[in-house]
Amino acid sequence: MPQALLRAENLRFEYDDLLLFEQLSFSVMPGEVVYIEGPNGSGKTTLLKILSGLIDPIEGQVYWQDKPINRGARTYQQAMLYQGHQSGIKDSLSARENLKWLMSLKGLRDVGQIEEALAASNLAGFEDIPCGHLSAGQKRRVGLARLLINDDNHQTAEKLWILDEPFTAIDKSGVAALEATINKHAQRGGMVMITTHQEMQLTVPTQRIVLG
Amino acid sequence: MYWYSIKTMIGRELLIAARYPAEVLNPLVFFLMVVTLFPLGISPEPEFLAKIAGPVIWIAALLAMMLSLDSLFKNDFDDGSLAQLLITPSPLAVLILVKVLTHWFTTVFPIILLAPLLGAMLQLPAEGYRALLLTLLLGTPIISLIGAIGAALTVGLHRGGVLLSLIVLPLFIPILVFGTGAIEAATLAMQYNGQLAMLSAMLLIALLVTPIATAAALKISINN
Repeated sequence: MPQALLRAENLRFEYDDLLLFEQLSFSVMPGEVVYIEGPNGSGKTTLLKILSGLIDPIEGQVYWQDKPINRGARTYQQAMLYQGHQSGIKDSLSARENLKWLMSLKGLRDVGQIEEALAASNLAGFEDIPCGHLSAGQKRRVGLARLLINDDNHQTAEKLWILDEPFTAIDKSGVAALEATINKHAQRGGMVMITTHQEMQLTVPTQRIVLG
Repeated sequence: MYWYSIKTMIGRELLIAARYPAEVLNPLVFFLMVVTLFPLGISPEPEFLAKIAGPVIWIAALLAMMLSLDSLFKNDFDDGSLAQLLITPSPLAVLILVKVLTHWFTTVFPIILLAPLLGAMLQLPAEGYRALLLTLLLGTPIISLIGAIGAALTVGLHRGGVLLSLIVLPLFIPILVFGTGAIEAATLAMQYNGQLAMLSAMLLIALLVTPIATAAALKISINN
C-alpha cells in the first residue's frame, strides 16, 4: 500500500466572515488525479493557493511527506508546480525567455527542453515572439508547456501539479494533449490537483473534492 | 544552482527594462525637469543656485525614484509571476535583493550619471561634485531597498502609489539629511567622512534587512 504524499487536515478558510470551507481533510496518493469541484466562488482557487503554500489556511495544515508544507518548504516547493489563473507569463518576454526564468526558479537549466516543450505544445515558430503578441490560448499553452519540461527532466515521479482552470482558452486538440500529459504524469506516479468544468478522459485513479 | 537562478533573474529584469524603455526614461526626464524648474521659478542668481544645488538635486532624485518604485512589483503581481517567485525553492530574499538592485541600476543609475551635469547647471561649486556623486551612490540604493518594502505592502492595492509615498517618504529623511549635509560640508571645504560613514552603515543594514522584510510584505500582499 503506497503512502499518501499530500495530506490536508481540517482546513478552514473564510473571507470577511464568509465561510468557504471548514473541516476539509483529504489525502492524495501517488498516481492520483484530484478534481476540485464546486460552483463559482466556492473557494476552489483559494484551496489551490493554500495547497501551493501561497496563502495560509485559517485553521488546519497541509502535509507533504508528513511534514507541514510551511516548514521545510524547500522540498515541497521543489516537488510542486502551481499554475494559477494568471499564468506567470510576462507579456514583454518571449515564450523561451519566460520558460527559462520559470525553470531557473526551480534551479533547472535549459538544455533544449524548452524548444521541445514548445514544439510539443504546438508553438514551434513562436518561441521568440513576445508573449503579448500571442493569442490568449497560445499564452496559456506557453504556461502549460512547463508541465512537459518537468516531465522529462525529473526522475522523481513524486511530483505534484496544482492546476487552476488549465483548459481556459485552449482549443480541442490542446485539451486532448493536456489530458494525455496528465494521464502520463499520473501513470508515472505523479499527482494532479485540478479545477475544471471540463470532464476529462482519464485512465488513472481519480478523486473528487466537492466544495460549497 | 542558486547562482543560476540569480543570473537568470538579472538577465530577465534587464531584458524587461530594455523592452519598456519608458519605465527607465520617465523618472530620468522627470528628474531633469524638476531640477530645471528651480532656477526658472526662484532665481537664476549664481550664488543663490550654488547654495541650493545639492539639496535640489537630491530631492529631485528622491521624487523621481518615488515615481518608479510604485511599479517595482506591480507588473509581476498582475501577470502572476510574483506568485511563481514566492513559491520558489531558491532563496527568496536573495532573488528579491537582486531584483531591487537591478531596478536601481536601470532606473536610478542613469539619474546619478546625469547629476553632475545638472550640478554644473546649478553652479554647484567644484568641491561639491565628489560628495554629490558619493552620497547619491550610497544613498539611492538605501531608498530603493526601503522603498521596496513599501512597494511590496501596497502592490495589491489599486492606486497604492500615494499610500506608498506616505509610508516610505518619512523614512528617507535621514538619508536626505546626511546626503545634503555631506555636499554642504564639501562645498565649505570641510570633512564629510562622517556623513559618508553613516550612509554606508545604513546601506549595509538595508542590504541585510530589507530583502527579508520585502519578502514578508509580498507574502502578506498576496494573501489578500
